[in-house]
Amino acid sequence: MSKFQKKQANTKQGVPTSAMPDVVFMLLIFFMVTTVLREVELQVQIDYAAAENIEKIEQKRLVSYVYIGPERLGGGRLGETRVQIDDALVDDINAIRNIMYDKLMEQPRLIVSLRVDRDSEFGIVTDVQQELRHAGTLRINYSTRRQV
Amino acid sequence: MFKKRGRGDADIPMSSLADIAFLLLVFFLVVTTIDVDTGIGLVLPPIPDDTTPPPPVRERNLMNILVNAQGMVLINEQPAAIPTVRERVKAFIDNHGVDPDLSESPDDAIVSIKTDRRTPYNVYIDMLDEVMGAYEELRHQASMDRFGVPYSSLEQGSERRAEIQEMYPKKISIAEPDEG
Repeated sequence: MSKFQKKQANTKQGVPTSAMPDVVFMLLIFFMVTTVLREVELQVQIDYAAAENIEKIEQKRLVSYVYIGPERLGGGRLGETRVQIDDALVDDINAIRNIMYDKLMEQPRLIVSLRVDRDSEFGIVTDVQQELRHAGTLRINYSTRRQV
Repeated sequence: MFKKRGRGDADIPMSSLADIAFLLLVFFLVVTTIDVDTGIGLVLPPIPDDTTPPPPVRERNLMNILVNAQGMVLINEQPAAIPTVRERVKAFIDNHGVDPDLSESPDDAIVSIKTDRRTPYNVYIDMLDEVMGAYEELRHQASMDRFGVPYSSLEQGSERRAEIQEMYPKKISIAEPDEG
């Protein structure tokens, strides 16, 4: 009855899926290797400064981070500039000396990476640097993005 | 004689493999943070002790850079725009005793950086970036002259790299902060 029959293509339709697990596994392995699980919960807001002449830190295990920026309050508001080391905000600037000294004992080639918000004032960074000098952790690094 | 009995299929079902892999993939995609692990490296000066006086430095071998509270850069008390800092630092380091006001040799040249408590951090970083850029350009030039290859292509920890670093050592000093 139907005179106008649809022409059926002879070629098989459908994407070959047999290689899909391989592709997915490859991606999976890539992301597993590059992932660094977030080890700290940031309590300060940090917007990095940008610079051109920067170097990569090759040995990540040597690095200890100090975060300096305005404190995150609830509802997206920002408070005073505070210092955070590991998981806690530092109340007493002079305590940094002991914290860093302990870290230096564990890792004699410690590099302290200062992650400072670009709109901070330098006074608090100076305070932290003085503490680092007292602790004897002299290798520092100012974290910056690459300028584009 | 001992006829093998027919066994059931020994295959592991593979069809769900892709699903499992996808699930893991999505997990790692979500938790991945591509971290910024680049920055400007610096070595702080140790706390001076009272028994040993600081080594004498001749006036001409010292370049004082001050970034004040208004975000102005002053080189030896004279205001300077940030883009000009690089050339000034280069001229200062690479003087080799020609100009009596500039350094005697790259080995003697010390760049001293001083800040105020209210200095904006990003201005400080911009200025430091320029100083680092000056050293980088001088090292690049020296490497091209001596080995014919750019400094950045010299391997980390290689003899050639150490030689260039010795020619232009980074002597950047952070000045003692003012009291109060």
